[in-house]
Formats: sequence, structure tokens, C-alpha cells
Amino acid sequence: MEHNVFQIIWFVLWGVLWAVYFVLDGFDLGAGILLPCVAKNETERRAIYQAVGPFWDGNEVWLITAGGATFAAFPKTYAVMFSGLYTALYLLLFALIIRGVAIEFRGKVESPGWRRFWDFLFWIGSLIPALILGVAFANIFKGLPIDEKGLFRGSFLSLLNPYALLGGVLFILAFSVHGATWLAYRINGELRERLARDAKILWIFEAVVVVAFLLFSLKLTPLWNNYLKAPILFVFPLLAVVGLLLIPYFLNRERWLAAFLSSGALILGFTAWGVAGLFPNLFPSSLNPEWSLTIFNSSSSPLTLKIMTVVAVIFVPIVLAYTFWTYRTFSYRITKEELSYAEGY
Amino acid sequence: MDVLWASRLQFAVAAFFHFLFVPLTLGLSLLTAIYETIYVKTGDEDYKRAARFWGRLFLINFALGVVTGITLEFQFGTNWRYYSEYVGDIFGSLLAIEATLAFFLESTFIAVWAFGWNRLSPKVHCLAIWLTALASNISALWILIANGWMQHPVGYVIRNGRAELQDFAAVVFNKFAWLEFLHTVPAAYVLSGFFVLGVSAWHLLRKNEVEFFRKSFRVAAVWTAVFSLFLFVEGHLHGTEVAHTQPTKLAAMEALWETEKGAPWTLFAIPDEKNERNLFEIKIPKLLSLLAFHSTEAEVKGLKAFPPEERPPVNLTFWSFRIMVGLGLWFVLLSLWAFKNRENPLQSPRMLKALIFTLPLPYIAIEAGWMVAEVGRQPWIVYGLMKTAEAVSPLSPVQVTVTLLAFVVFYAVLGVIDFWLLAHYARKGPEPVKA
Ligand code: HDD
Ligand code: HEM
Ligand code: HEM
Repeated sequence: MEHNVFQIIWFVLWGVLWAVYFVLDGFDLGAGILLPCVAKNETERRAIYQAVGPFWDGNEVWLITAGGATFAAFPKTYAVMFSGLYTALYLLLFALIIRGVAIEFRGKVESPGWRRFWDFLFWIGSLIPALILGVAFANIFKGLPIDEKGLFRGSFLSLLNPYALLGGVLFILAFSVHGATWLAYRINGELRERLARDAKILWIFEAVVVVAFLLFSLKLTPLWNNYLKAPILFVFPLLAVVGLLLIPYFLNRERWLAAFLSSGALILGFTAWGVAGLFPNLFPSSLNPEWSLTIFNSSSSPLTLKIMTVVAVIFVPIVLAYTFWTYRTFSYRITKEELSYAEGY
Repeated sequence: MDVLWASRLQFAVAAFFHFLFVPLTLGLSLLTAIYETIYVKTGDEDYKRAARFWGRLFLINFALGVVTGITLEFQFGTNWRYYSEYVGDIFGSLLAIEATLAFFLESTFIAVWAFGWNRLSPKVHCLAIWLTALASNISALWILIANGWMQHPVGYVIRNGRAELQDFAAVVFNKFAWLEFLHTVPAAYVLSGFFVLGVSAWHLLRKNEVEFFRKSFRVAAVWTAVFSLFLFVEGHLHGTEVAHTQPTKLAAMEALWETEKGAPWTLFAIPDEKNERNLFEIKIPKLLSLLAFHSTEAEVKGLKAFPPEERPPVNLTFWSFRIMVGLGLWFVLLSLWAFKNRENPLQSPRMLKALIFTLPLPYIAIEAGWMVAEVGRQPWIVYGLMKTAEAVSPLSPVQVTVTLLAFVVFYAVLGVIDFWLLAHYARKGPEPVKA
């Protein structure tokens, strides 16, 4: 009985970690996707790097922690999921390596060719993670062919089904809009006008794909079943839709921060929608529901979950506090003068 | 290549590569913090320049430390699936605690430091580098508690077909893990100390920024001497703990085949694993018993006391250990020499040359140390509990071979660029004094 409570707590925390990861890293991944399309010259490119520079690494730690929390709280899920999605996961990891290195190295040598090279890798390294995360989560929503021993019976190509690809496109679009609103909030001048325009255009595609994805999920996944059982859960998709609608509203009024936060609300609501729909599954089997990995059949012992809960209760608020402080301190407007004594990169 | 071997090789490549960057992160963050603190206390601009100069090298190094860490974190699930299932209850929580306590702190404040020179007061800015350094060291502690548990599992019960946590305090205060921590972290400080000394020596010999590098040198000389000595003493204690908890590893480290009372210490040997003997050896009588068990007559188990399938590779373990200890001795001598000349290093150009030539050696010692610890542990992934062969994921050989090749190619390229950048910025020297 008590064990169940902790399993549910960790399910919720698991969802929270992913949601925070998408909301935070989403904007810097998006900035990377946009970079070659919106930045016209070196000054603008530097402004974009400057706008994500102090944050991207801390944001990525949420991914590490989401992985670590899966390992700690649901080791069997961690084991089956990561070995089953082997190729996809390594693509993600290699992309993130390239990306991190690109951000750090590009400013270290004064040569346009050198910078071009890393800019390209930064772009690839941002695009691939967005795509893979979307594809992976859509596949999880749908269920994966895992047998009773937890062996993955599909192949890498079987992961690229239409529904999953739609998920990938959705993530790319959502992160791009998210990134554009963040950059519009941080950067002054002509670049901002271009960003706002692009954000509005991208938003149209985003809206179409979000709605399509939610509808296809009705047919292709069991996600909505939980909603019929507990209608209170409808707040999550509602949050997503409200966030979605508010993005252009605020963009038109040039309220950049509000537009960015609306986009965050969309991502948060959307992730919560998916995770709540999964409950109590973490990694559903499409072959036989009995073989699904759930929070009940794949969790750690009560003692471990308890200790982890204590750690989370103490340290997550501390982490959030200094993360918030950092955002406050470094979310200044980036102007030309600002760039001339830019630090870090 | 079979899946097991490819996975082992891949883990080794990833871990060794990660550990090319980790030690400098652990030590140079602290040294940078010390230089910046001296600046804040005394207002001496040279120390501010020192913090910026060494801090920049620290940042270049840090980038690869971070990105290579992420792959390690996920490799347990991708390549060691049955291991993850079997020990996740204990091991997974240690990794998650590490991330929560250390990685957020580290990656947040390193950015605060890098971007904060003009936005924060000197004191807050200095605090940021201290927090970064603290976080790296906390991270080392937790990962070594995790590794220490694999080396010497404690505080668990076997239940539900896996190892479950029974006593968290026993896991956290595992003596083996703390000895590893007290060995690995000072080893990282020694590496960083020699890095600073070596780069300083290079500039001093060229009479470049003499005053600046003399100051950097003095701090690093004291630091390196202290930790080299500490490492030497602690290494011995570490060895006695290995003798008690991992007899097969000890026997392999010493290439000892027969069980003996009053066992000798082998200075040099060519172990012949096939025929279970050493081809050529130089021995010092009774020394091994004395070192390992503090008594000249103590019995030390030889490799033949264990079935062949439970013995680790002897040559690799033996030689790695000899390399580490030999270098450790050299580090003690050289760092004392530097300590003696710390006020005026230019009076001994020979010492400065030795320091330049020694700069890469701690890297070799550190990797050799891990070789002893990890290869010497084989064939166990968790000593005495689970064999490495039972841990590996059911993957296809092609999958693993492809990622292994990708690792090698990627890491080689990135490593070359990173070390080239380090060398480039190290040679360039500090920013000129602002007029
Ligand atoms: C003794 C120290 C030590 C050891 C044995 C390891 N690491 Fe490490 N790790 C560090 C010390 C460290 C560090 C000094 O704290 C790093 C280096 C650069 C950095 O950012 O932090 C780091 C970074 C780092 C990161 C990136 C953190 C970030 O984004 O800020 C991850 C995910 C890991 N490590 C994971 C691992 C795993 C899974 C290991 C075991 C196989 C491992 N490390 C061995
Ligand atoms: C960064 C320093 C480390 C280095 C250089 C290192 C080195 C190695 C090497 C060389 C192997 C392969 C052994 C063989 O195949 O014979 C190995 C295996 C392994 N190590 Fe480490 N290790 C390090 C840290 C760690 C830590 C901190 C952990 C755990 C937290 C760990 C867990 C493992 C595991 C799970 C394997 C499995 C593969 C195997 O045993 O072959 N290692 N390591
Ligand atoms: C000088 C005498 C030294 C002695 C007697 C010594 C002893 C040891 C022993 C017994 C181990 C194996 C522990 C295990 O299997 O877990 C070890 C591991 C290791 N050594 Fe040393 N060591 C010495 C010097 C050094 C030096 C100079 C360095 C690097 C600068 C170094 C770095 C390491 C590392 C990184 C490990 C693996 C992590 C660990 O197990 O702590 N050691 N050392």
C-alpha cells in the first residue's frame, strides 16, 4: 500500500522532470534550429549564442536527471527502454555531444570558416535531438513491440512510423516557436522583428500539428482512456491549448516574455497530457498489455523510493531557486554594446 | 566482434575518454578559485588575470568533460541492461543523487562564472567558481560511492531476484568507496598542479610574463607537493584495503601465482599467463606481506588459489599498477623540488624542463590507476555478485560495433581539437594588463 504511494509520487516526478526538461532545453534547442534561418550576420549569430549561452548546460542536466531518475525509481524500465531504443538513443547522445562542443568551441578561433563549421554542427545537434525525442515519445504513447522478457521485437526503422514522425515534427515546431519567442524576448532591434514574424508563421504549422497529433492519438493510442476515467485530467490538454492560443496573442502585442511563457505552458501541458495518459504505464507493450512495464512492476524497493523522495524534496527546490536566480541575473536585453564586451564565448 | 567485447571496449573508451578531462576539471576549478580568492582579498590584478587565464583553460577542458559524461550515464541502460535491472535499486539512486546534488550546481555556476565577470560583484563572482569546484567534487564523491559499491558491495539484500537496498548508510559510508574518493580526487589535484606548473615553467623559461607565472607557480608548487605526498600515503592504505576485500585483484597487481607466507614484493616481472608463472622477476623478500597486511609473515593468496575463470587479466593489471606507483614516486620527488624553488623557480632551469616534460605523465598515471581498479576487478562487474558477461544487453553485434566505431572516431577528433585548443591558449599566455 505504502509502496504504491511512493511509486505514484515517482511517476509524477518522472513526468515533471521530462516536462521541465522540454520547457527549458526546448528553447535552446529551438534557438539552434533557427540559427541558420534567422541570423544574417556574425553579430546576429553571436547574439543568439549569447541568449542561450548561460543556460543550455543547466537545462541539459534535466535530461540527465530524468534519465537518472528513471534508473533510480524504475530500473527495469530504464534497462528495457534504453537497450530497446539503442540506436535512437545513441543518435541523440552523439547529437548532444556535437552540440555542446559546438557552442563551446565556435568562439575559440578567429576564423569565419571555423565558425561556419560549428554553426552547422550546432544546427544539426539541435535538430536531431528534437526529432528523436518527439519520435521516441510518440512511440511510447503508442506502445512498442516488447515481449514478455522485455526484449524489443522491432527495429530502428519500425520506430519511424507516421504517427511517430508526426511527433517528431511536432517537437521540432514546438521547440522552434519556443526558441523564437525566447530570442525575441532577449534580443533587440531588427533581428527581433524577423524572429517575431517567423514565430507567427511557424505557429500556424505548430497549431495544425498539435491538433492533428491530439486527434490521431485518439485513434492510435489508449492515451485518452485515462481522461474518461478522471475528467479532472482535462486541465492538461486545456493548458496546452490555452498556451497555444496565447502565443500569437502576445506576439502581436509585443509582449515577448508573455509569449515565451505561453509557449512554455503549451509544452508543459502537452507533456503532462501524454504522461497522464500513460499512467500507470511507463513503457507499454503493443504486443500484449500484460507485458507492459508499469510503475508497479518495474519500480525500485520502498526504501530506495523513500530515500529518493527525501533527496528530491530537499534538493529540487534548492535547484529551482538558484536556477531562477540565474535566469533573473542573465536575462538582460542583448544589444550591440552588450555584445562588444560579451563574456564566455 | 561479439556483443560482450564490443560493449566492454565501448565502455572502456567512453570512461577513459571522460577521465581525460575530469581530473583537470576537479583540480583546476579549485586552483582558479584560489587565485580569484587571493585577488578578492589582496586586490592584486595579477591574480585576477591568473583566474581568467587558468579559468579559460578550465572552461575549454570542461566542455568535453560534460559531453562525455552524458554518454556514460546512459550506457548502463543501453549496453548493460541486466546489470541495470539487477543493481538499479542501489546503483541507480546513487547516479540520480549525483545529478541532483552536483550536476545542476556545477553547470549552473560555471555559466554564472563565465558570463558574470561584468555583472556580479567580485565576491559573488568568486563564490560562483567555489560553488563550481565544490559541485565537481561532490559529483566525484557520489560517482565513486557508486563505483565503490561495484568494487565492494555492502548494505544490500538479494530479494525479488535482484540486489535491493537494505542499509543506505552502509552504502554511503562504504570504506572502499571513501578510499577511492580520497585517492582519485587528490590524484586529480596532482594532475592539475602539474598542469599549472608545466605551463608556468614553459613561459618562465621563455621569460614571458615572469612575475605573473612566478605567482601562479608558487601556489601550485605548494599544492602539488601536498597532494603528491598525500596520494602516496593514501595509495598504500588503498592497497591494504584491496588486499582484504579483493584478493584476486591484489594477486594480479603483484603477479603472485603461489599462495605464500611472507610473500615478496615484485619489482619487475614478465607474467606468463598461459603457464601460470613469471618468466623473469626481481623480488624484495617479505615486502608484499608487510605492505598488504602489515606483518612480514602474513599469508598472501596467489592466483592459483582461484579458478582460472575468476582471475583478472594479469599483465595489464600488473603493469598498470607498476606504472602508476612508479610515476607516483617521481611526482613526489619532482613536486618537492618545485616546492623548494617556489619563490624563485627561474634559478633552476633543469627543474623547469623536468616540469614541462612531466605535464602529460599524471594523465598516464591516472588512466593506469583506473586500469588497475577496473580490469583488476574482472571478471566481476559487481565484485563477487555478478559477472560482466551476465550483465550485457541482448543487442546485435552490428549495433554495438557501429556505435563503438562512432565513439572512437568522434572522440578522437574531438580530443585532438580540444587538446589543440588547450595548448593554443596555454601558449598564448594571460591577457595583457589593461592600461
Ligand atoms: C572522480 C570523478 C568522476 C568519475 C569517476 C566520473 N565522473 Fe562524470 N564527471 C565528473 C567526475 C567524474 C566531473 C568532474 O564532475 C565532471 C567532469 C566535467 C564536468 O562537467 O563534471 C563530470 C561530468 C559528468 C556528466 C555531465 C554533467 C553535466 O552535464 O554537468 C555526467 C552525466 C557524468 N559525468 C556521468 C558519469 C558516469 C555515469 C560515470 C561513471 C561511469 C562518471 N561520470 C565517472
Ligand atoms: C572514469 C574513470 C573510469 C575508468 C577510466 C574506467 C575504466 C573502465 C574499464 C577500462 C573498463 C573495462 C574493463 C574490461 O573490459 O576489462 C570498465 C568497465 C566498467 N566500469 Fe569503469 N572506469 C571508470 C569509472 C567507472 C565508474 C565510476 C563506474 C561506475 C559508477 C564504472 C563502471 C563500470 C562498468 C559498469 C563497467 C562494465 C564493463 C566491464 O566491466 O567490462 N566505471 N571501466
Ligand atoms: C604512489 C603510490 C600509489 C599507490 C600505492 C597507489 C595505489 C593504488 C591502488 C592500490 C589502486 C587500486 C584500487 C582499486 O583497485 O580500487 C589505485 C587506483 C588508482 N590510482 Fe593509485 N596509487 C598510487 C599513485 C597514484 C598516482 C600518482 C595517481 C595519479 C596521478 C593514481 C591514480 C589512481 C586512480 C585514478 C585509481 C583508480 C581509482 C581508485 O581505485 O581509487 N595513483 N591506486
